[in-house]
Amino acid sequence: MAEFINSIIGQEGATFGHVVAALVHCVLLLHVVAVGALIFIWLERKVSGRIQDRLGPTRVGGKFGWLQTLADGIKLLAKEDVTPDGADQMLFKLAPYVSFAASFAAFLALPFADGWVANNINSAVFFVLAVLGLEVFGVILAGYASGSKWSLFGAMREAAQVVSYEIPLGLCVVVPVFLAGTMNLVTIGNMQAGWFSNWFLLHDPFTFCVFWIFFTCATASVNRAPFDLAEAESELVAGFHTEYSGLRWSFFFMAEYGSMFLVSGLGVILFFGGWNGPIPIMHIIGWADSGGLTGYLANLAGCVNFMLKATVGVTVMMWIRWTLPRLRIDQVITTCLKYCVPLASACFIGAVGWEVMDIWSPNHLHLGSTPAHTVNEQWATAPRFPNAAEPLTPESDEYFKDGPLSKPEQPAPETARDSQPTGPSLLSASSGQEESP
Amino acid sequence: MINLLATNWGDFYFILFAGIACVFAVAVLLTSNVVRMAFYLVISLGATAGLFFLAGAEFVGAMQLMIYVGGTLVLLIFGVMLTAQSRFISMKTHPRDWLLAVIVGGSLLMLLLTAAFRVPEWHNEQQVQAAASQLEMADSKTATPLGLALTGVRVDKIDQVDDQLKEGMSGYLLPFVIVSIHLLVVLIGAAYMARAKRVVRVSQEEEDEEAAPAEQDE
Repeated sequence: MAEFINSIIGQEGATFGHVVAALVHCVLLLHVVAVGALIFIWLERKVSGRIQDRLGPTRVGGKFGWLQTLADGIKLLAKEDVTPDGADQMLFKLAPYVSFAASFAAFLALPFADGWVANNINSAVFFVLAVLGLEVFGVILAGYASGSKWSLFGAMREAAQVVSYEIPLGLCVVVPVFLAGTMNLVTIGNMQAGWFSNWFLLHDPFTFCVFWIFFTCATASVNRAPFDLAEAESELVAGFHTEYSGLRWSFFFMAEYGSMFLVSGLGVILFFGGWNGPIPIMHIIGWADSGGLTGYLANLAGCVNFMLKATVGVTVMMWIRWTLPRLRIDQVITTCLKYCVPLASACFIGAVGWEVMDIWSPNHLHLGSTPAHTVNEQWATAPRFPNAAEPLTPESDEYFKDGPLSKPEQPAPETARDSQPTGPSLLSASSGQEESP
Repeated sequence: MINLLATNWGDFYFILFAGIACVFAVAVLLTSNVVRMAFYLVISLGATAGLFFLAGAEFVGAMQLMIYVGGTLVLLIFGVMLTAQSRFISMKTHPRDWLLAVIVGGSLLMLLLTAAFRVPEWHNEQQVQAAASQLEMADSKTATPLGLALTGVRVDKIDQVDDQLKEGMSGYLLPFVIVSIHLLVVLIGAAYMARAKRVVRVSQEEEDEEAAPAEQDE
């Protein structure tokens, strides 16, 4: 995109194009978060209504009350912005923005379709988890700065909970990363192209289990019921946002719904094939790999596919929220340390064993796609073999003839490809990705 | 009006992030409120992560966010809140401490500055230009080589021309394993220290009292 803008203004390689491209990405993602919150809050009202055997909003904006959130937003804008006397004024005012910024920044590395990502980071999974962990900081600041004991209780609970749940969450994420051999989310998504048998969810029984642990931990890490101890309106008034009103209050909720969508999207890419549907319609009619308009349409369909899957994930979170009672703090920590961590560790060992012993899995069928092991991070293959028709394989003797590395006993595909002795240096290969300057 | 097209945005963002990091590092020193200190420290460390992202070292940047900004500061806040006595909330620094801090920090700063200005290429404007043109930005492909180096395979060995240097380029498998075992020992030690202490001797009467309601529950 940066090259496109530079070609319009007629200056090749100017940083101006990168800045404009970064702005466009940011504005688009801001709409994903804000409009997403608008829709999800309405959805939450409808879902909770149906679960409690009532209708939910019905009046505002027609039959389904679909303008309800907008009306709420206008109401919140008109509310007075109160700061309590005992509050730490500066931190109290800044805390909602910290939460929102953390939730929003994680979207920068989340791909929505093949290559449709603001910043195609090589270690995107790690980046998303790192930035998502910062959201808790806004909550803790809000709880401390409010100068209210309810808020402080909520913040302390949130801190204990999020710090604990980062451990099993990380362990769960490692499993698909290990199967893919990369932390690049675009590559992980592309590896699962084709029929649903290629999804990492169905790779083996252990990855199937690990997804549910991931989902539990993700629900806890975004502070949703039954893990919403930081709010706990039956005990703590409203927890960390007791003292907030108006627009600052709504920033917390935009952050919450933003991170719900984010962790659902992360789960969809890691386990449910991302933008690759259960049935590869675009592959069957041959649009997926074609360039031009049809390729664009295929990508657009993939984007819609991804959004739908992530929305299903968010809906399941709502379903859980309105079905299960809230846990006590000791039960929350017990769930994490005594169940999630050992289960995730066991599943990790199981999945590694399954892969190492090369036991059959549905992924080996490679239905409707190129085999997953041929998919690679762009930089590893494309620019490094400018002349060779076929990259050297680790099996051929030529590969190790004059290379500096001794032949490993069991070369993993990723390792072997990275240590190719041919081609330009690792750091100078360009991948044609868009980076913010 | 500033010419937007001609502005060097890379330099602009470098100065922006470096400035934020420095200003808030000084703010950590000048404020007396512990929680505000933590907040300023988060911003300072976050801006440092921004510098890493700007240099294309995204793995290191994410690591900075995860370990320093995320982990350490949540722990810091735990510490602050659990010891939130009035004398900790607002800390007064003794002049003697200021003096010590200025001596230690100042000598480190002097050392770094002299080391930085000793770089010969920086003295000559032409050399600066030449060095800048040769500079290769690490462009977000650092994660895989880093991971491979930790498992004992150095991919940058391929680009090394000097055979003598090539022999010294071993992986980091042994240090990695030593550090991880060290961390495991620390974790086990922490769990041992923090475990719930069992009451060893319970008198007969107390046991009877405790047993009675338990039976009723059953």
